[in-house]
Amino acid sequence: MQLNDAVTGLVLVIFALAEIAYSSTFPALHGQAYGPSLFPILIGCGLLACGLMLIARGLRERRSAGAENAPWLRWGDWAQDPAMRINMMLIPGSLIAYILLSDFIGFIPLCIVLLSLLLYRLGSSLGASVLYAVVVTIVLQLLFSRVLLVPLPGGITSALFR
Amino acid sequence: MDSILQAFMLVLDIKVLGVMLASALFGLFVGSIPGLTATMAAALLIPFTFFMEPVPAIAAIVTTVAMAIFAGDIPGALLRIPGTPASAAYCDEAYAMTRKGQAETALGVSLVCSAIGGILGSAVLAMTAPVLAEFAIKFSSFEYFWLACLGLSCAVVVSSGSTLKGFVSLLIGLFIATIGIDVTAGHPRFTFGSVEMMGGISFIPAMIGMFAISEVMRYVAAPGSQQAAPQQPIRNVFKGIGSILSRYKLNVARGGVIGAVVGILPGAGADIAAWIAFAMSKRFSREPEKFGTGHVEGLVDAGTANNAGVAGAWIPALVFGIPGDSITAIVIGVLYMKGMNPGPTVFMNQPELINAVFIVFFLANLALIPLGFLAIRLSRRILYVPRKVLIPIILMFCVVGSFAINNTVFGISVMLVMGVLAYVMESNGFPVAPTILGIVLGTMLESNFMSSMIKADGEFSGFFSRPIAATLGVIVILIWIIPLVRLLVKLVRKPQTA
Repeated sequence: MQLNDAVTGLVLVIFALAEIAYSSTFPALHGQAYGPSLFPILIGCGLLACGLMLIARGLRERRSAGAENAPWLRWGDWAQDPAMRINMMLIPGSLIAYILLSDFIGFIPLCIVLLSLLLYRLGSSLGASVLYAVVVTIVLQLLFSRVLLVPLPGGITSALFR
Repeated sequence: MDSILQAFMLVLDIKVLGVMLASALFGLFVGSIPGLTATMAAALLIPFTFFMEPVPAIAAIVTTVAMAIFAGDIPGALLRIPGTPASAAYCDEAYAMTRKGQAETALGVSLVCSAIGGILGSAVLAMTAPVLAEFAIKFSSFEYFWLACLGLSCAVVVSSGSTLKGFVSLLIGLFIATIGIDVTAGHPRFTFGSVEMMGGISFIPAMIGMFAISEVMRYVAAPGSQQAAPQQPIRNVFKGIGSILSRYKLNVARGGVIGAVVGILPGAGADIAAWIAFAMSKRFSREPEKFGTGHVEGLVDAGTANNAGVAGAWIPALVFGIPGDSITAIVIGVLYMKGMNPGPTVFMNQPELINAVFIVFFLANLALIPLGFLAIRLSRRILYVPRKVLIPIILMFCVVGSFAINNTVFGISVMLVMGVLAYVMESNGFPVAPTILGIVLGTMLESNFMSSMIKADGEFSGFFSRPIAATLGVIVILIWIIPLVRLLVKLVRKPQTA
């Protein structure tokens, strides 16, 4: 995903202004000229200045010959291909699914489903995907839950594995 | 002497040696797979080091990284795809040698030079770090404030690409460091009522996100085809290495020095060391016209430099808690987790731990020769491992790893956000290393500034009242002024030439 520098700059400027406005509500320290707001405000000012410079640079780039109609935003090659678009969305998608569902469903079934899906989408055959997913899930479960004693969520399956 | 003996006892333990062997194999594997970097190997290791004693934890990281940096040369030489960014500088040259039928020599030189470079870097680390620590014990918050500034400035100046974008990247890192309960007043900042945010952005999920998730996304966005390794017999990689090394012994020494020095600079690691060493090699070569045709000289310089840089980066990390590169940024996070807060006091109170780190460095680089040889022999098999299978598995490892640090899914959310951020930043030419330095050094910068201000009663002159602080302050100001002056000169001159 490629953004014109002016777009990045604009995002940074908006973010910086909001951050500075919010930071200035922080309470001051007693008897001190500088409090918890000092660093966030300084960082905000820095981002604001950089954002403005990026806007200037992006606009100048567009004004240079041959770039007048350059897009503000260019999604890479993957966005042209529907299959790859789905794959690309699957990465954050599967992480969000894990964050939302792991407590309820439990690590083992969720990991098998997500891994099979990802393996299959990235080009393994269906059978191989499921096989790899099951093996990897068991290894992960044994390694983290038994050896490293990480309480991986049991979810609805916890009764099965006790 | 006693502490050195103790250090040997700590390292020469069957458990530690076992961990080192396992990490070595892991490092060789990750390093030799294009697209998986040494930093990613270190990031994937942290969840495991979390459950180890300090010495095996450090040993695991040191060994993995030393191996991965060498292993990056293998696909560089055989496929012309660097396995890690540190091998990018001389991958064309190494591949040109393979095309001439000299793959054996290219890999052999890479291996031996990597080991020598690693040992040279380790020697520099073992000799300079304790001396610096003795000096640094006198430092107060004023000096540490300037050191943090110096580290951050270096990160911007030496980062690849545009300085402006490097600066933005740094500011993003500093902003992330401000999230959570503030150090002086205890006021929650940018937490929006979330209790989990109050503890700040947990460092390790952030690292896993920035180095592993972004890499996974980059693969999915552009899978590319997997090349097969050339069918060239690779048997005795050590044939003729002796004469090459004796002919280029000056290059070895130069590469080692460049590597160690570049490694020390915050923000610049093995990859930049390799580029600089390769350029120097060409510049001072007696036969510069041979470069690009499969000439071994540049390989000697740069192959030595990148492994020396790995050790060099540990010097500021151990002595001041300022990371020399992104890998040592991860290391600092691990050290804090282990209660071994980097800084001069660790050298005074736990010298056996510090000596153990040095011993581990020497051991790992010595073990590089036999294990690296094994990796070269197995390289054709390793290069066949399908990445379409590896990538989803890595993703799930990341999920479990960032969950394991605090046992909450909040870690996974942090990993996701930072991963997407790093992916977008890198595809738009914003270097990621300054962000990481910002996250690591942000708290140090602010808390030292605040305590200095309280000590100096709000007087800025306090920052220049001690000789070392004043010197460091002047250096930092110069680093910032010189590029500005250059920019102004350029702006003034431009209208006349146009």
